[in-house]
Amino acid sequence: MRDVAVVGFAQRQMQEFDGSPTCVELLVPLFAECYEQTGWSRRDIGFWCSGSSDYLAGRSFSFVQAVDAIGVIPPVNESHVEMDLAWAVYEAWLKIQTGEVDTALVYAFGKSSAGLLRRTLALQLEPYTMTPLWPDTVSLAGLQARAGLDAGLWDEQAMAEVANRSLTDAEKNEYAVRKGGSSVADLLSRPMYADPLRKHDCAPVTDGAAAIVLAAGDRAREVRDRPAWLSGISHHVDPMSMGTRDLTRSPSTARSGAALDLDGVDLAELHAPFSHQELVLRRELGLGDDVRINPSGGALTSNPMFSAGGIRIGEAARRVWAGESDKAVAHATSGPALQQNLVCTLDASTGSTDGGDR
Amino acid sequence: MSKQPAAVIGVGQTHHRAKRDDVSMAGLCREAMDRALEDAGLTLDEIDAIVVGKAPDLFEGVMMPELFLAEALGAAGKPLLRVHTAGSVGGSTAIVAASLVQAGVHKKVLTVAYEKQSESNAMWALSVPVPFNMPVHAGAGGYFAPHVRSYIRRSGAPTHVGAVVAAKDRTNALRNPYAHLHNEGTTVESVLASQMLWDPIRYDETCPSSDGACALVIVDEDVAASSPNPAWIHGTAMRSEATTAAERDQVNPQASRDAAASLWKQAGITSPIDEIDVAEIYVPFSWFEPMWLESLGFAEEGTGWKLTESGETAMDGRLPVNCSGGVLSSNPIGASGMLRFGEAALQVRGAAGEHQVDGARRALGHAYGGGSQFFSMWVVGAEKPQH
Amino acid sequence: MSRTLSAPVTVAFDYTRSTGPVLGRFLTGLRDGVLVAGRTSDGEVVVPPPEYDPVTHAATTDFVEVSPTGTVVSWSWVAEPVAAQPFDRPFAFVLVLLDGATKPFLHALDVASPDEVSTGMRVRVRWRAERTGAITDIEGFEPVTDPAPPAPGPRSTLDPVTGVVTPVALDYTYAASPEESAFYRGLAEGRILGQRCPTCAKVYVPPRSACPADGTPTTDEVELSQTGTVTTFCIVNVPFLGQRITPPYVSAYVLLDGADIAFLHLILDIPADQVRMGMRVEAVWKPREEWGTTIENISHFRPTGEPDAAYDTYSQHL
Repeated sequence: MRDVAVVGFAQRQMQEFDGSPTCVELLVPLFAECYEQTGWSRRDIGFWCSGSSDYLAGRSFSFVQAVDAIGVIPPVNESHVEMDLAWAVYEAWLKIQTGEVDTALVYAFGKSSAGLLRRTLALQLEPYTMTPLWPDTVSLAGLQARAGLDAGLWDEQAMAEVANRSLTDAEKNEYAVRKGGSSVADLLSRPMYADPLRKHDCAPVTDGAAAIVLAAGDRAREVRDRPAWLSGISHHVDPMSMGTRDLTRSPSTARSGAALDLDGVDLAELHAPFSHQELVLRRELGLGDDVRINPSGGALTSNPMFSAGGIRIGEAARRVWAGESDKAVAHATSGPALQQNLVCTLDASTGSTDGGDR
Repeated sequence: MSKQPAAVIGVGQTHHRAKRDDVSMAGLCREAMDRALEDAGLTLDEIDAIVVGKAPDLFEGVMMPELFLAEALGAAGKPLLRVHTAGSVGGSTAIVAASLVQAGVHKKVLTVAYEKQSESNAMWALSVPVPFNMPVHAGAGGYFAPHVRSYIRRSGAPTHVGAVVAAKDRTNALRNPYAHLHNEGTTVESVLASQMLWDPIRYDETCPSSDGACALVIVDEDVAASSPNPAWIHGTAMRSEATTAAERDQVNPQASRDAAASLWKQAGITSPIDEIDVAEIYVPFSWFEPMWLESLGFAEEGTGWKLTESGETAMDGRLPVNCSGGVLSSNPIGASGMLRFGEAALQVRGAAGEHQVDGARRALGHAYGGGSQFFSMWVVGAEKPQH
Repeated sequence: MSRTLSAPVTVAFDYTRSTGPVLGRFLTGLRDGVLVAGRTSDGEVVVPPPEYDPVTHAATTDFVEVSPTGTVVSWSWVAEPVAAQPFDRPFAFVLVLLDGATKPFLHALDVASPDEVSTGMRVRVRWRAERTGAITDIEGFEPVTDPAPPAPGPRSTLDPVTGVVTPVALDYTYAASPEESAFYRGLAEGRILGQRCPTCAKVYVPPRSACPADGTPTTDEVELSQTGTVTTFCIVNVPFLGQRITPPYVSAYVLLDGADIAFLHLILDIPADQVRMGMRVEAVWKPREEWGTTIENISHFRPTGEPDAAYDTYSQHL
């Protein structure tokens, strides 16, 4: 396989974006930041791929106008996934692996606040016997949280510890929309929101966008002294049904993690929009207590739909660039109660002995 | 670095209809998938990864339907991707699936694209009102009609050329058991006599609205060795540009020309009209046949209509186009591009049945979407590519 | 004043879903007041039945009826229900293991407070009186406190359920981009405002958050002429949902004098079959008292009577 690294990352996250659901005006400065980080222009980008959802925008073809932000004369080699940014990263990584291109810029955007997000997401469910009941995202996560509480796999204390650590770390993240840790006792004294979940157990509704630049081999080395090499990337999906899967587990995360070499991981950015989900993910990936979890504050403090998963990759990469991590794992999720998951490793060294070109 | 060889060894599609009210969305997809798997001689369990494509989620009213479909499609426990690039999505999805093999990541990939348009109304789903604006278009036909008019003005084409395309494609569809429309006796005269909907586009020059799906099995060199008739992928191209831009050529968009140039180069083709034996081109409104013939380089600019008018794009012509009946005869939007790609594969595999072009060795599959701004295309051949 | 203009939009459609045989069997059962499960190849009894077996991938064909009574295996309290949920008052979503099934079933539980729910509690289905063959034929579950009510009446002899209508209505707040907002605000003053791209110098109307040619936001404001040239057009003869004008009418690209991109509007005050490419037209505004921040302030364009523009003055805009 070719050595491919994350060499650029830009993000914007906010409670309510005062702009259009196409988010073009949000993307323009993000791309500019990516060019500044890499020293490239749009003409240096071999492939573009975006992630978004028509249901966030409330209209068909909501991604179409986003290409304006690139500037598409001459036209570009471009694709779009109706998925989170992390899967756009995957498609771009594939494109680079085919040898067709050496560089890619992927981006995603979403204005969650345009609708009532937890209700909109009920459209993501099985449409014959689930959506007509409009089970909202928070309720479905609550069923999952309760299953683990009842089984004794985690307790309220553990959930509050996740939230408190996230809120504390988010104080250092200028993009986090919810921040400020207190104590586990304080969090547990707060009222239930959707029993068994308190507000701080649930990701805040967040608008935003993000962009990631990928490059192969020497193109990556020309940008950074310590590129974050994507030494492994894997993703899987589980069945949707809330009844037939064990909600306390995430087989697709475990399977994705097992496809990678997680030895020596010192940092993890896990996309857990609900506090108990971080506990599930840590277990499935076998992350020990010595692994630093979500130094960005994670999705509990900021969760822009369709970019939050990819932001985990960007946040992990940025710490590899800075020398704060030698090997990080990043995770993204999609669908109700951790249905679909992607896991990748970001490494300070390539690990390959052949220069990465077959 | 070069791409790993990849080939299509299984093609499946549904019987396309206005309403497939006998099946659910999963049932529709599985009908195409099971045919593709049978064609490939593989089982669902042997597939490494699944790539799903479809057009806007508002059509079926399900956000990211691949999630609820995952188990029924046999994707549970596997990698699953969902592509959406407007009308070109069926083609783009096939290209993404091919890249999973070409990248050396997987050996056996199944891709399925579908649309179940009868669950809602495409015209509604595409024209949810935008505040402060006013709806003056009337659906896709209203969008494309002015550009067809521009083509006619620019090329000086006789106004019946669109009807020639419609009569040909509808007649070709009679040989395709899967086609939605089986309109016996469609002639140039009958098309010209049909109602003018979006002048200059007549009713019989427009695509139907269909429920349908298409699936392909794409495999690496080792797996393809066991197939009696793999369709080797000789080149793939995707290009995008803006819906509207100052002085954008909306008749012959640069993204289309750029994609074609890249495609022919990859496939080592210097004269498409001589080296391509059969083409499946995305023609939802009849006039797009001559327009794309020019843009793709089969004819000089302004002369595509001459190929059409002289019968060179008929089944027995120099470049048979849309022998399956094309989008004009079946249009499950999300699947329409993959049907073009799949029909091209069937032709070079000698497996197109009644609409087979004798001796087809290299074929083009083509799709476009949005406001003529997203393009995806591939060339498949009976021989393994040399490089 | 906010940077952007915004307005509510409702996206609503009653989707007509065909169910296929497996879900049809389940929904037919609901109409009859019974719960139909599927037996999978690995021996599980699952409600609703999976359309395809999770192991063999074959269509489910083995159906069994299970009890409308069962045990709560997980629950989540809904303190603030959203529109169209089973109850408009607080309730619980529950996973219920129905007696006879091996996997739980998702629905709602009608109790007044979270104190009345617990994992392990016994609940039973409360059927809706009028049933159509939809998941909403079950109003919800209720705690088992007394002897079971009489089972629903005899099974219908109606045809099996093959379809279900699902209304989907979502409310959004739509916002125009800052550049578009400036354009709409200009219209409220009777002006057509474009903006020039600082990179390529093209004048865009409406202005753009990113010039599609080079990705730069358009900036310098340019007030455009109210006259222009029809580049190309379509005569609309077809009625469609949401149409405001009775066909036939002409929708046309109008290249306003001073703009580098054509702009879509209506051409009226001339028979549709006399509209021409190159025709010179001018904006006709509605009475001022009807103006808002909308393109609809311009009622339509009409011929100016000037000679047609030469083809090569607009051919690069086609």
